[in-house]
Amino acid sequence: MESPLDTETAKKMTWFDRIAHPGQFLMWSRYVLLPLAVGSALLFVLGLWFAFFNSPPDYQMGDTVRIMYIHVPNAWLSQFVYALMAVSAIGTLVWRHPMADVSMKAAAPLGAAFTAMALFTGALWGRPTWGTFWEWDGRMTSTLILLLMYLGLIALWRAFDDQLRAAKIVAVLTLVGAINIPVIKFSVDWWNTLHQPASVFRADGPTMPPEILTPLLVMSLAFTFLFGVLHIVRMRTEIFRRRVKSLERKRALEGAKTS
Amino acid sequence: MIALGPHAAYIIAAYLGVTLITAGIIIWTLADAGRQTSRLAELEAMGVRRRSAAKRGKRI
Repeated sequence: MESPLDTETAKKMTWFDRIAHPGQFLMWSRYVLLPLAVGSALLFVLGLWFAFFNSPPDYQMGDTVRIMYIHVPNAWLSQFVYALMAVSAIGTLVWRHPMADVSMKAAAPLGAAFTAMALFTGALWGRPTWGTFWEWDGRMTSTLILLLMYLGLIALWRAFDDQLRAAKIVAVLTLVGAINIPVIKFSVDWWNTLHQPASVFRADGPTMPPEILTPLLVMSLAFTFLFGVLHIVRMRTEIFRRRVKSLERKRALEGAKTS
Repeated sequence: MIALGPHAAYIIAAYLGVTLITAGIIIWTLADAGRQTSRLAELEAMGVRRRSAAKRGKRI
């Protein structure tokens, strides 16, 4: 089923070409999946233990601070996944790399899910702390736009039978939409907002105590590992899907010739 | 389980929602992977082979 490169071809390729060639990707990625999945599961167990049994309530927000341990990782991934898609879009448009559009397509539904979870948990955290589920401010509105962009890109992929043609159009739109990422990031500095400013990645260091920072970082790693696993599985699936389509086309052509 | 204070319902709803969405996307991803690999195996068992997938630089 999998087709590694033959020795002659492999010798002429750079290390990057080799690991990113679909056949090679299928070969090495299956060995990465199990350690990543086990790592993610262990990090979730550790993170949830910290979150519920080994971290104090916040002095102002009380126990609702525990929502942060799932809100922030999803918010971080909602932007990280889009940035990854933007890099993949450059790979599609500039280098026409065969795996770039596969990566872009595989990441979009995951990005949409992380963004939806960030908005959902943010609303549930906002109600007890700010007194409202939703406010049309810079951070929340730009994150909602991000979700709509993900859904639009997923719909665009599905609108085309020719996935190579779809890839170019999706790549252009992904790059145009990437302007929203710095808007989300700096919205809390540019406009008046209910949302707090950055409190982890700051020039003067995190503003939270280690007993709250630790579960946050562990849960962030757990979700990031989970994204890694799902992205690789979805990329492998996309390669198989394209092979299935090509074989079905071939079979239909052979059938037409013989009849 | 520790006491979650007066806003326990919000905390539980947040974790429950994230669990459901995460489980949903994991199940969907694995089911899709299973469908494609079994269809590919089925086609290969029928003797349909890719022509030149191993050729260097070929778009998939």
